[in-house]
Amino acid sequence: MRTAIEKILSRASGRDATVGEIVEAEIDVYMTHDPMGALVEDALDGMGAGVRHPERVVAIQDHFVPAKDIESAILSMRLREFHRRFGFGAYYEVGRGGICHVVMPEEGHVVPGDVVVGTDSHTPTSGALGAFAVGIGATEMAAAMALGKLWFKVPPTILIRGEGAFPPLVHAKDFILKVISAIGTDGAVYKVLEFDGPAIRGLEMDERFVLTNMSVEAGAKTGFISPDGVTLSYLEKRSSRPPRPAYSDRGSFEDELTFDAASLEPLVAAPHSPANVRAASEVDEEIDQAFIGSCTGGRLSDLRAAVRVLRGRRVSEGVRLIVIPGSRRVYREALRMGLIEALVESGAAIGPPSCGPCLGAHLGVLGPGEVGISSSNRNFRGRMGHPESRVYLASPSTVAASAVTGRVTDPREVVG
Amino acid sequence: MIRGRVIKYGDDVDTDVIIPARYLKHGADPQVLKEHAMEDLDPEFGSKVRERTIIVAGRNFGCGSSREQAPLALKYAGVRAILAESFARIFFRNAINVGLPVMEVPGISEAVEDGDEVEVDLERGLVRVLGRGGERVLRGTRIPEFLMEILEAGGLVPYLRRRFHAEDSPDTG
Ligand code: SF4
Repeated sequence: MRTAIEKILSRASGRDATVGEIVEAEIDVYMTHDPMGALVEDALDGMGAGVRHPERVVAIQDHFVPAKDIESAILSMRLREFHRRFGFGAYYEVGRGGICHVVMPEEGHVVPGDVVVGTDSHTPTSGALGAFAVGIGATEMAAAMALGKLWFKVPPTILIRGEGAFPPLVHAKDFILKVISAIGTDGAVYKVLEFDGPAIRGLEMDERFVLTNMSVEAGAKTGFISPDGVTLSYLEKRSSRPPRPAYSDRGSFEDELTFDAASLEPLVAAPHSPANVRAASEVDEEIDQAFIGSCTGGRLSDLRAAVRVLRGRRVSEGVRLIVIPGSRRVYREALRMGLIEALVESGAAIGPPSCGPCLGAHLGVLGPGEVGISSSNRNFRGRMGHPESRVYLASPSTVAASAVTGRVTDPREVVG
Repeated sequence: MIRGRVIKYGDDVDTDVIIPARYLKHGADPQVLKEHAMEDLDPEFGSKVRERTIIVAGRNFGCGSSREQAPLALKYAGVRAILAESFARIFFRNAINVGLPVMEVPGISEAVEDGDEVEVDLERGLVRVLGRGGERVLRGTRIPEFLMEILEAGGLVPYLRRRFHAEDSPDTG
């Protein structure tokens, strides 16, 4: 009886990897980006080492782009030079890629069974494709690039089953907020959250990525969804590498928790923790800014959901609505489908694909005392700007509805 | 043996408060990191921290973003070790990799007060508390041997440098 992750790590380490053991696994895909590339390169130079498999490295400009000031321009230059020096397998300049965790699956860099490391904590997003994907630090990335492999303690897996089907205006975001509030921000530390069950199988890939992405907010080492027809048809036009699907055996889980999607309602995580969850309808607070974007809530399905709420309505007088498509592909599709036009029509400001205000960097930073509602993943103190600002996390429908009313709002109240 | 005076925090100290994202554009500039460490959580940190500071915290220390600048900021500011009920995994690995000792010590946040003196024995996984209530010893989770080697080398960069260039540094064994 073995979990999918044990099977993937066994293949990658060439030995029988069981929970609790430390194994050295070969890395299939490496990802780094503008805030960390320079640190990785400096560490490599410090080690006096090179990159063993540059063809497996994906470098993406996403955090501070287009450059907002001289320091961030220098970080971008460093990533560009790092790529030129070693000739990475893929490099995405601003305008041609987008947010790393949106781009990685979308451009076909990850297939089921891969071992993926990235210098970003939301690297587990790609786990929705049935890969083992983990976030690591810059020095560790340098070591992995130099050696071609990295040590991992084989983590146990908790199965999260989603029963029933999602009601209208309720999203994967509401599901994962429910899970985080149930198990806590450290409920899955050193563990894998694997998602299964009819509710999960009924979700398109865009929504599945939300689950693995925010597993991190429960402290998980990674999130995982075993591949099915939805996964394979998503991969079909994107990757030519053969998938190596791995499935968890029944009874291999450390724990199993069941959540009923059918009885979910629109939720928010109130300041300053993703686990501080309550019903959107119960919160009574005015907002200054609404943000739809990030590697959690900036995909095509998110923009579609937002437009469903906003079409024929206008953003409230006192609110700024900022929408940032997660990638060039998302942007192009949204243009083609008329979503961008509908958003602009309603009063939204559209930013170029990037992390934007998700980490308080640029394109919509909150000022002192301001309140934001966001489709992103973290609402720690100061995360989106001033330490005295406050952030609610919510689904794109709830963010859009709140933009219309000017206060935290259950979207079912707006869309009758 | 690491000895130092305790600065104590609660649960879920995240990397966004350890070093806010607005400073990440400076890369890993030691001066910037040192100056702004912990400023969103504890504006007094800069004046409290001494060369011999040991941070004691509750559960899930270092959660959130994978930024290695977080343990670096604490290290540059003068923190010599972090003892917590538990750590977020990326932070734990990053700390070892930059040569900052970290250890999980169940019960530590109950047993230690702000300002206490503590003595940490990483090898044996022991913490001696020299507090107002007298002396006591707590048992932590020993750091695996190969991670101890990385710590002793001063971090993963010097450790691997040695491994890659064993011949040009005969004195480091
Ligand atoms: S969108 Fe936000 S959470 Fe995602 S990678 Fe960018 S900064 Fe991190």
